[in-house]
Amino acid sequence: MRIRINGDTHEVDVDVRTSLLDLLREHLGLTGSKKGCDHGQCGACTVLINGRRINSCLTLAVMHDDDEIVTIEGLGSPAALHPLQAAFVRHDGFQCGYCTPGQICSAVGMLDEVAKGWPSLVSEPGTDAVALTDEEIRERMSGNLCRCSAYPNIVDAIRDVAGAGA
Amino acid sequence: MSDAKRTLVMDDPVEHSLLDGAQGVIGRPIDRVDGPLKVSGRATYAAEYALDDLAYGYLVAAPFGRGTVLGLDVEAAKAMPGVIDVVIDYETFLRNAQQGGETEAPEQGVREVAYFREPVAIVVAETYEQARAAGERLAVEGDRKPGLYSVADRLGEADKAPSGGAVEPHFANGDLDAAMAAAPVTVDVTYTTPSQNSAAMEPHASTACWGDDGLTLYGSYQMPASDREQLADAIGLEVDQVRIVSAYVGGGFGSKLGIAPESVAAAVAAKKLGRPVKAVMTRQQVFDATVRRSDTHQRVRLAATADGQLTGIGHDTICSNLPGEDFFEPAGTATHFLYAAPNRTIRHDMVRVNRVLSGSMRAPGEAVGMLALECAIDELAEKLGLDPVELRKRNEPERDPQKDVAFSSRRLVDCLDEGARRFGWAERNATPGALRRGEWLVGHGMAASARSNKLKSSEARVAVTADGRAVVETDMTDIGTGTYTILAQIAGEMLGLPLDRVEVRLGDNCFPPGAGSGGSWGAGSSGSSVYLACEGLRERLADRLGCAVDELTLKDGAAICANRQVALAELAGDGLATTGRIEAGKLDDALRQASYGAHFCEVHVNMVTGESRVRRWTSVFAAGRILNEKTARSQCLGGIVFGLGAALTEELFHDVRTGKIVNRDLAEYHVPVHADVPPIEVVFLPERDAYANPLQSKGIGELGISGAGAAVANAIYNATGVRVRDFPLTLDELLDGLPPV
Ligand code: FES
Ligand code: FES
Repeated sequence: MRIRINGDTHEVDVDVRTSLLDLLREHLGLTGSKKGCDHGQCGACTVLINGRRINSCLTLAVMHDDDEIVTIEGLGSPAALHPLQAAFVRHDGFQCGYCTPGQICSAVGMLDEVAKGWPSLVSEPGTDAVALTDEEIRERMSGNLCRCSAYPNIVDAIRDVAGAGA
Repeated sequence: MSDAKRTLVMDDPVEHSLLDGAQGVIGRPIDRVDGPLKVSGRATYAAEYALDDLAYGYLVAAPFGRGTVLGLDVEAAKAMPGVIDVVIDYETFLRNAQQGGETEAPEQGVREVAYFREPVAIVVAETYEQARAAGERLAVEGDRKPGLYSVADRLGEADKAPSGGAVEPHFANGDLDAAMAAAPVTVDVTYTTPSQNSAAMEPHASTACWGDDGLTLYGSYQMPASDREQLADAIGLEVDQVRIVSAYVGGGFGSKLGIAPESVAAAVAAKKLGRPVKAVMTRQQVFDATVRRSDTHQRVRLAATADGQLTGIGHDTICSNLPGEDFFEPAGTATHFLYAAPNRTIRHDMVRVNRVLSGSMRAPGEAVGMLALECAIDELAEKLGLDPVELRKRNEPERDPQKDVAFSSRRLVDCLDEGARRFGWAERNATPGALRRGEWLVGHGMAASARSNKLKSSEARVAVTADGRAVVETDMTDIGTGTYTILAQIAGEMLGLPLDRVEVRLGDNCFPPGAGSGGSWGAGSSGSSVYLACEGLRERLADRLGCAVDELTLKDGAAICANRQVALAELAGDGLATTGRIEAGKLDDALRQASYGAHFCEVHVNMVTGESRVRRWTSVFAAGRILNEKTARSQCLGGIVFGLGAALTEELFHDVRTGKIVNRDLAEYHVPVHADVPPIEVVFLPERDAYANPLQSKGIGELGISGAGAAVANAIYNATGVRVRDFPLTLDELLDGLPPV
């Protein structure tokens, strides 16, 4: 099969049981996406598929023929950080760093969902535009666990970037 | 490169710390130096080393809680695609994980099964999918025996916990029974806390490879120096034939202090197969077969005069562990020194049980012990009709009430006052159940925080290179604690270098043995070793410059003395290195050393559903010198949120019929998520502790959790008038007592 990851095309031959996450980590050496549970329960493996966030442990690699995947490595590098990556550093939005790539990819996808006006549980019913309150950020990011509990700093980092972009 | 060594034993205070230097990088909220690597996915964790010819291991567990393994259907597994071998070594494999800091192997031997899903073998295959498929299919035959699975029914079987732990198991001063009988106001209550799991986001993982020099193990471990000794002992090697690499660790919280079963399984399999083997635990295996925090039954007795002077304190804890294990949850640790009272009884007993090992989880002792103690104090305050802040202040001891020694530093009262002021405690509603907003009951609660401070032996080598940079090396780890950053700050401050000219290398036994990350001792201990190395280097640099060391200023890469200024690079020649070593000394026992704080929070409880929501939080801490305000605050945030989880959601369920852990994943074991966490204000009071270490700092990683859950519980009581003594405080326990909507 052929899969596009961070702009590169990879021809790969994978076991049908291989999750997208394991393809990234074990076959392509892209270990930035983390495995915290392998069951869709922690969000550490979050990547962007055609712009939308997804738990890569919950989807099989073979389902993504010709899809466009962006992982944490594709968002930025230490020398050229994505604005959210830089904001996570500035606000100390992590400690051990293990949930962090997932948090950041999730935040990228989440901000796009907000820009499109998709409501969440805590959105004001009946309005088209979603106001990105802290409550919205917390609700929408709740699929990404952080046992180090950098949560307040993650919210600060996301608000910082969203505010600058708005 | 010319090498030297400098050792300090903390027998005397270090009144003048060189951290108050010219470079000005200590204390400031500097961004983590490892941050760019972590946020870009380039930091390498234990399961992420690309090794040639790597094979995948999958642990196979016994599907029963006690008994003897009769055999495994090895041939069937071997016939599956890609399977290379099923490696069984009943004698060598670890039955348990090891506790932190031990230098010998933990309990070995897996033919006898002591807890449900004890790992007994490892399947190795070419790919992860193949190993997993075979591992899950592999039947384990066993001769099953009845196990000891319940604790609640067997409290009467509790025996005195073994000696040699964090505190003596039994302690008594005066006559508590007499104090209770004589006191006009008493509290005698029992609190229970469940088993918990650290649930670090990175599952335990070991990648083992053998070479001519022995074994290299890329492992997710907190204390590589002692983990190496444990591993060598377990597989029969000399210590210097084992090298553990733990450069980045995805959280530990105690669960990675000692080696866990996957380490030895990977090492044995790699040896047998002659190729590297990676064994990563599944999330479920982490719950099943690493370590839990013990469940506790805690009886707290308080005797007080009518004006709120404590005359007696009792804290009796029953915890549980596997037969033969020494570790007990030292829940009474803070009770020894938090409040004055002449009559004191603090005891720890243990019930033996066939459940996975219990051991250290963030703030072993204080984390659950202060849930009971600080809630009981709240109950006493209510009986006395006293503000709980005032009650605590009235019982502030002059000296340590257990050991009758001075406190090295203690600003608990200041933390209480400052926290109350910032939170607006005076404006709270003091009457339980009386404040409503719509369908929400609003409550305010507070608790004190305390965590013992410890110093552990630690070494670090610091080199000034020929090009005028500094390189710090120690096998100390950064498990999210900020070690990379604070060690760079310490070296930068003392050698007068901006941080981009300091490189810190951690988590590798090739470097000198560090204290490891645990017990909140990491920064103080490993930081002191770097301090000492730099102090030694400063003397040697002064020598080379021909000036007295106390006249030497190092700043921005230059050495300045009198009217001379020379670049560090020039002085260093072809390089200078000094190894620093710190050891605890007389001050350890001669004083009581601890960090302190106070938590204040607002919790809303829904009258319809009973759900509790923490809405606002202020904590004030005094923990000696703060080395980096940003990473220190993060440590406190993490601790507070851990406490919030303990108060509201975290509970491991043991099936008392089979010994099975029922909720063995992150969907069923509930750690706090974004939506559970309110804005948190963290304030540090200025403090220095010259008795603790040359940095004058104290531990901070476990201070946040200590008392935090009690503040939540006290706020829930204030909101609802319902006092629940069985943690976590889930909605089912509140519903019956809530007022009608
Ligand atoms: S690893 Fe995918 S959600 Fe946890
Ligand atoms: S930074 Fe450690 S789990 Fe989030």
